[in-house]
Amino acid sequence: MNNSFIQINNISKHFADVKAVDDVSFEIKEGEFFSLLGPSGCGKTTLLRLLAGFEYPTSGNLLIDGTDITALPPDKRPTNMVFQNYAIFPHLNVEKNIQFGLRKLGLSNDEIGKRVKEVLSLVKLEGYEERFSNQLSGGQRQRVALARALVRQPKVLLLDEPLGALDKKLRDEMQLELRTLQKNIGITFVFVTHDQQEAISMSDRVAVMNNGKIQQLSAPNELYKNPKNIFVSDFIGETNFLKAETKSSDGEFINVSIEKLGEFKIKNNLNIATNSSDVVCSVRPESMMISKVKSDWDICLDAKISQTSYLGEMTRFYVEAKGINKIITVSSQHFDNQSFENNECFISISLEDICLLNKK
Amino acid sequence: MIGFLKKIYAKHDNVKAYSLLSPALILVILAMIVPMALMLSFSMFTQVSMMEIDYTFTFQRYIDFFQKKLLVTLLIKSIKISFLVTLITLITAYPVCYYIAFYVKKNKMLWLVLLTLPFWTSYLLRVFSWKIILGTKGVINSSLINAGILSEPLTFLMYSETAVVITLTHAWAAFALLPLYVSLEKIDFSFIEAGRDLGLSRFEVFWKITFPLSLPGVIGAILIIFIPTVGDYVTPALLGGTDGRMLSNMIQAYFGKINNIPLGAASATIMLTTVVLITIIVSNVTKKLTQRLT
Repeated sequence: MNNSFIQINNISKHFADVKAVDDVSFEIKEGEFFSLLGPSGCGKTTLLRLLAGFEYPTSGNLLIDGTDITALPPDKRPTNMVFQNYAIFPHLNVEKNIQFGLRKLGLSNDEIGKRVKEVLSLVKLEGYEERFSNQLSGGQRQRVALARALVRQPKVLLLDEPLGALDKKLRDEMQLELRTLQKNIGITFVFVTHDQQEAISMSDRVAVMNNGKIQQLSAPNELYKNPKNIFVSDFIGETNFLKAETKSSDGEFINVSIEKLGEFKIKNNLNIATNSSDVVCSVRPESMMISKVKSDWDICLDAKISQTSYLGEMTRFYVEAKGINKIITVSSQHFDNQSFENNECFISISLEDICLLNKK
Repeated sequence: MIGFLKKIYAKHDNVKAYSLLSPALILVILAMIVPMALMLSFSMFTQVSMMEIDYTFTFQRYIDFFQKKLLVTLLIKSIKISFLVTLITLITAYPVCYYIAFYVKKNKMLWLVLLTLPFWTSYLLRVFSWKIILGTKGVINSSLINAGILSEPLTFLMYSETAVVITLTHAWAAFALLPLYVSLEKIDFSFIEAGRDLGLSRFEVFWKITFPLSLPGVIGAILIIFIPTVGDYVTPALLGGTDGRMLSNMIQAYFGKINNIPLGAASATIMLTTVVLITIIVSNVTKKLTQRLT
């Protein structure tokens, strides 16, 4: 496997005075399911369009499989794209849409027919050859778009929020299907999405972007457990932020004074400076425990439930803890909204679940 | 009585629809269907003398039409001129619309308004101004002579088929711009990007995606220009001379100077039928050609 199959070297793309992509460098491995994740306007789509050739970078260069593609037009690149709105040609039926990309590859008619058949069975659309775009459901259009791109056997498949237009149930199904498909055919996927759950459930690695820069590039579980900054911690999943100050450090651990709760020794994974007030502690709702009686965890707070929402597989509590002027969210599978008398409860936190982050 | 009418009105949707349509319907019946019916019936009568018409039905006028070489030639010439006008308009208007639809980002409306600006003056005025431009002492000829490029004025510019084609093309261009623009504007740019992504060059993407998708606008423009120009009679009368005369001028003469109303009516009917036939053929052939293309 080639670890630097796609090389993105110091790529910038400016539109007038907006830096859509700002000096970004990273590599994507061969056969990887790679996601670009971020809020709208973060530059993820621009980066994908730079890879496809619909935009050219202001500076920097792009390599795929060792070939410099920076200046190549879209039709000369070993990439194919699944568009956000699918862009199924309305004047052609499904079969002709899929054949469309094959005419320039110099294949025999037999070979074209064979490939179309194969790809239709891959996306489970046999029997739909004669249909037109307006006779297909959203999910079917998505499959046609996928088939049309895959039939050319590109080195890299680019996907621009392809599941965005589908309803939740279908989206969950397609997530699983896309993932399986990618593993089976082994083509490198670059997937753009603003949906963090989608990105972390499908990808081998995720690059979280904001303001044209990569905030963090790592495996999904790393993003969730060890976010590198406050943006990533906030963007991926849900979390509570607590005001904090760092004191002295003894190598691996650092003494942190958390607002009104006292001083604690917390692991300092990110080499955060001592005696700084520019830090914040993040605690995930599901890592805390909510209980009727006091616990012997590292931190245990008296609290009052101000609101609950029942979500089926778990219940989310919005609590006011003594001394903290902020609503904290805690989720639990063991309690529901009727479990507590007078809304009084205890919430417990284990020190190892506290993540210390720089504010900036 | 009013209560009863109200009941009918509330109950039956088609009554509602017809009452909404009725002003337009009455106008169409009075101004279109009745005159057409009259024309059709007159084409089957016979002009006996200056003031006298024989009202027995006959198809002889249609036979007369095809036996008069002049009329057939004029019909063919009318079609040829309209065909040229349509073709030139399409070739010139399409790139302009393409540019506005895909490359103009701001103030598209302003562009369209500016393009149609010359058409805010009357048709007749524009025809006369072409006379000033194309005449033997007109703008083109006098500047070419003054510049020493020519010693004699170009005579083919004025009172000729060329003059008619130029004037009609200019006169009808605005009507081609709008349908073409609308059909191009509707094309999602991602179709064009998808075409490039699937390995086609810009040129191929145009012929296989953009053009076929803009076809409704192209056919619309063809019809909008072809139909009225075949029957145009002002421009050939003012600028055509003998060379640029069209069938409509002859029809006018039959109703006037020559005073053979049945033959005029038969000529008009034949022209109308020809236009309808050509329209159907052109739109079908265009569609077929595009299917072959893609």
